[in-house]
Amino acid sequence: MTTPGSPSKELAFATKADDRPTPRPGFVLDVDRSTPPILFHHGEGFRLEKLPAERSRVVYGPEAKPGLRHPDLAIEYALDNPIDQDPLATQLYAGMKLTIAFDDVSLPLPQMAGPDVRQRVIEAVLDRAAAAGVDDVHLIAALGLHRRMTESELRHAVGDRVYDAFAPEGNLYNHDAEDPEGMVELGTTRHDEPVSINRRVAESDLLVYVNINAVSMDGGWKSTATGLTGYSSLRHHHNPETLEATKSLNDRHNSALHTSIWRQGEVIKEHGPNIFHIETTINTNAFGYDGPLSMLQKREWEWNSRDRMKFMGMQAGLKAMTTRAKRKAFMDWRSPYEMTSVQAGDVDKVHEITLEKVLEQHITPLEGQSDIVTFGLPYTSPYSVHSIMNPVVVMCWGLGYMFNFYRGKPVVREGGVIIMTHPTPNEFHPVHHPSYIDFFEQVLPDTTDPAEMAVKYEQKFAEDEWYKHLYRTSYAYHGVHPFYAWYWGAHALKHVGAVIIVGGDPVAVRRLGFKPASTMMDALEMASDVVGPQPTLTHLHNPPVVMADVT
Amino acid sequence: MSLNRRAADLLGRRATKLMARSVAGRKVQRRINSMTAKTRFPLRAPRAPYGIDVRTDGPKVGADFSTDWARSPQAKAARIAMVETVMRAAVAGIASPNRVNIDRLADLDGPAIFVANHHSHLDTSLLLTSIPLPWRHEMVVAAASDYFFRNRVTGALAALTIGAIPIERAKVGRSSANLAADVIDDGYSLLIFPEGGRSRDGWGQPFRGGAAYLSARCNAPVVPVYVGGSGRIWRKGSSKIRRGSTVINFGKPIWPGEGESSRSFNKRIEAAVSVLGDETTADWYTARKRAYSGASPALGGPNAGSWRRQWALGSTRKRKSTEPRWPKV
Repeated sequence: MTTPGSPSKELAFATKADDRPTPRPGFVLDVDRSTPPILFHHGEGFRLEKLPAERSRVVYGPEAKPGLRHPDLAIEYALDNPIDQDPLATQLYAGMKLTIAFDDVSLPLPQMAGPDVRQRVIEAVLDRAAAAGVDDVHLIAALGLHRRMTESELRHAVGDRVYDAFAPEGNLYNHDAEDPEGMVELGTTRHDEPVSINRRVAESDLLVYVNINAVSMDGGWKSTATGLTGYSSLRHHHNPETLEATKSLNDRHNSALHTSIWRQGEVIKEHGPNIFHIETTINTNAFGYDGPLSMLQKREWEWNSRDRMKFMGMQAGLKAMTTRAKRKAFMDWRSPYEMTSVQAGDVDKVHEITLEKVLEQHITPLEGQSDIVTFGLPYTSPYSVHSIMNPVVVMCWGLGYMFNFYRGKPVVREGGVIIMTHPTPNEFHPVHHPSYIDFFEQVLPDTTDPAEMAVKYEQKFAEDEWYKHLYRTSYAYHGVHPFYAWYWGAHALKHVGAVIIVGGDPVAVRRLGFKPASTMMDALEMASDVVGPQPTLTHLHNPPVVMADVT
Repeated sequence: MSLNRRAADLLGRRATKLMARSVAGRKVQRRINSMTAKTRFPLRAPRAPYGIDVRTDGPKVGADFSTDWARSPQAKAARIAMVETVMRAAVAGIASPNRVNIDRLADLDGPAIFVANHHSHLDTSLLLTSIPLPWRHEMVVAAASDYFFRNRVTGALAALTIGAIPIERAKVGRSSANLAADVIDDGYSLLIFPEGGRSRDGWGQPFRGGAAYLSARCNAPVVPVYVGGSGRIWRKGSSKIRRGSTVINFGKPIWPGEGESSRSFNKRIEAAVSVLGDETTADWYTARKRAYSGASPALGGPNAGSWRRQWALGSTRKRKSTEPRWPKV
């Protein structure tokens, strides 16, 4: 605590009053002949693509909102004035069992420049625990069936101070969903779905969950009911039927996935530990307002000569670099995100406020669907941090994440075409993605239908002892994870008529069941075979992240 | 009046005496005698009438030493070049600094008052090469006026090389406080060692209230910093420098509370530096628990006799005997 006494709400939530102009809301650009080429992510590179005039639109997200001037004071205020709960300090006492769980390395993307929001929040929580004399404290990375976080990733998330205080004693660790002694079943939902959870969490007097809500999909009961649970619970919502009915993943109240998760949340609320839920939101300042990559989040016609020089220099540099060097350079990038809000207390009430804040940052209204939607896929995804964006992850990122950035109706009409740009290398990280390799080699040649693969292969991969061993002791995603990545795109697979990847490795792209194209012009030609001539096109511009509110 | 006295007027009595003792000195003296024999006022300095207390307008030293010139762009450029090259290399070679918790300054904006414990002359160099940008290059150091500014040469050197400004430590002086406040108001950060001098026995001394006062007056945050290990490398009273390792632990910036007295804020600053010291030996969470239960080890060490205080330093103070081992064969 930096000043004696609790901060005032005005001071705690004051935003930065810097010299930047007021951020503009998102908007939709109708492309005409004067529109400059539009920026597309293309893996560890970028493309500038001229979109067809008079029938294309580009959806830009709102500019990054100003961050909080005193994030630490805002956190203190939230902990001392929680929503529908007593202040955190009054819930802590000597002799209690306190567990702090936090989001894993998949959030945010790219990783944020230090100090990470999780570190700020966890230190504030621990400060109060220290004041209360709490000795029995465990910190758990709530990674569900994701890969374990490495020491450097944990240090980045929680900070060196917290890591050095708890990790050497074994009190800071990754969740292990396959530890037979480490999981406990809390009960079943009204739909007869079992709910299992980390034993330490279940036996704690208080669970403090620390979220980073980068997009509206994150947070709420999804944090506890996916991050701290195991396959026996996850399979009830991470399945083709639920995900096909999820419209969309980022629209919590119309998402079948979230509805199922919230059912499990009811069980956790009733039979689990007391939960003090903390959610934070960040702005979309992924590449900085100045610096080497700042032009990426500017609108193309506002690029000044310096921006153009930087872009050309970067493209020339990337051309000269090996793929490995490019990956390293991009993975080392730390985004100067700023925290825009923090709220704490009751899970449901906190999450509703968080959703409002996230949508304020991401929503752009859009009228009508189009025949084609285009996405530029970047170098990273939640499942390829410090790793390789393999073809299955490319599918998940495009059809799972990008397609689901809508509210109301999908951006592309039913039977339309998705065109994505990404090199889609036929390459896998052998440590992180061993089950993905077998999924790609054994499952995809047989079927790309989520329902069929779920019946024929899911159980085998999920219960494979070797994958379990690698998940528990190495840094591998769980054996069933490639299925979940594939199911993530189930709604899009069912909705669209074709998927085309521009610049992708033809073998890998065809294995995914998609069509490869060399250029955007070729892709548009191929798309017109599916949707007819002179198709309308909408491009979701990224960065910054945008969610289309389609009416 | 003797020629010796004339020479003394010109050169100073001590220099004249020293010269007179040597052959070369005698030659020089004869030359001076010949030069001064015929000169009269106003060609030579006037003599003071007996019994008159002469007011001198000579060069100002001590707290009155002017350091404005040391903050000119040219002097700053020279200082930055020196700090980033010679000083950084020397510090790295001698003290192997481990700089921790710099992330606590992530939200710090504008000038700040960096407050550290003080064990060694090395501390200033350690901090000047450890405090992150942008503060490092816009920094002045509060230096004892009776030590660093006792004459023009040392004063000029201190002002140029470390950006020192003179601070009275023997008495409460308005001029020192005004100077420090003006410099902070001009956008400079201040590095100050509120113990008022280096540790005499390896333990800290009570903090004086200057930093707390300046923080309230200039509305600038205080950044507590703990410097550990420098006393083992170059302790007070020793001319010997032993290579070793040091740790520089940065704390969260703190502000005086509304209506909080300087005395109370000063206690908080001292407590913050104590907790940082505890963090360097224990882990962060243990240090926080001790801080809240009032059990943080005090910088000043145990309230006991000197031998017990030395004893309590324990392994933190390693001394090698310079005596030959017995029996010598």
